Amino acid sequence: MDDKKTQAIIGSLLRTGVFASAAVVAIGACLLLARNGHSSHTYHIFRGEPAELRTLGGIAHAARRGEPGGIIQLGLLLLIATPVARVLFSAFAFAFEHDWMYVLITLIVLSVLLYSLLST
Amino acid sequence: MHITVLSFTMLIALGSFFAGFLGALTGLCGGVVIVPLLTLVFGVDIRYAIGASLVSVIATSSGAAAAYVREGYSNIRIGMFLEIATTIGAIVGAYIATKISPGAIGIVFGAVLIYSAFLSGRKQPEHRISDTPDRLALSLRLNGAYPTPQGLEPYTVDNVPAGFSLMFGAGILSGLLGIGSGAVKVLAMDQAMKIPFKVSTTTSNFMIGVTAAASAGLYLSRGYIDPALTMPVMLGVLAGSLTGARILVKAGTRTLRMVFAVVILALAVEMIYNGAAGRL
Repeated sequence: MDDKKTQAIIGSLLRTGVFASAAVVAIGACLLLARNGHSSHTYHIFRGEPAELRTLGGIAHAARRGEPGGIIQLGLLLLIATPVARVLFSAFAFAFEHDWMYVLITLIVLSVLLYSLLST
Repeated sequence: MHITVLSFTMLIALGSFFAGFLGALTGLCGGVVIVPLLTLVFGVDIRYAIGASLVSVIATSSGAAAAYVREGYSNIRIGMFLEIATTIGAIVGAYIATKISPGAIGIVFGAVLIYSAFLSGRKQPEHRISDTPDRLALSLRLNGAYPTPQGLEPYTVDNVPAGFSLMFGAGILSGLLGIGSGAVKVLAMDQAMKIPFKVSTTTSNFMIGVTAAASAGLYLSRGYIDPALTMPVMLGVLAGSLTGARILVKAGTRTLRMVFAVVILALAVEMIYNGAAGRL
């Protein structure tokens, strides 16, 4: 695998992630607007999201029940996971080139990302 | 005044579309106007606004990076190495965000906006090949080559420690304000590390998604990411930037940049004023 091939794979990985997440968010958006479109909004008051929309397990549960908010959060999680997947792929690509210094650098970045994601 | 969720969502999607569109057309980060747009125009709480902006930044930067990476401009090694600094910075920034008041965040935001407006009036710096290559750049194999009409052109990277430290600062601002910090990244890569303009902008774009993802997890678990608000922002900015990237306007770009810079400056003044008055 050469650099050019690696770059092509990274390119399509990013594109697929972004469009898949936009599609999931759009589905959730339609459901949400169909259900709550005519109520009034309260974004000027900060209350924080309910627990089920801020943890990985809670979001998965809400999305499985077909809750619009849960489906949108699932799409957003997919989006956040896209750069993480890119970093993970880079680690494999550098390992394939036997570039161990960059495997290490990539794993440092990956652990910082996982620290943030797994704290949810 | 009672606006329904439906009309509010449509208005936000439209505003976000324009932000993304102008950002792509002018080459400035459209992301920096999302938070002022949401807080000043739509009256959204700044914490929700930052959460929504952070997510949309991941979408636009990953979408654009997908194209640039294939063209061979981005330097993946430079990006990967500097991402250590930006991701750790982003987590520090997201932590600072919980310790200072929304008003103080608004004032810092205003200062960054003024700097972004100033940058947009500036010319692209020329690049040169250094006679005494940076030893760190050599051992980290950061030097590379990029495609030009005359074929591949090699370049060297300078001042790695200074660039790395500035990137840590860019990460902090990204995690604190929910922006891509393109302006600071340009400062680090163009001015300090002397990377050619085309390589630094595309590599910085490549890094923005990872940097934003580092703090997005923390924002999500804190309940700052509201699905109903983030949805029109993310879809609007993404559609706007994809449309803007497809339209090639040669004439008028300079005027557009100046107009955009003035808009950013006006938003900066209002952000700082509202922040100081405790109205954010």
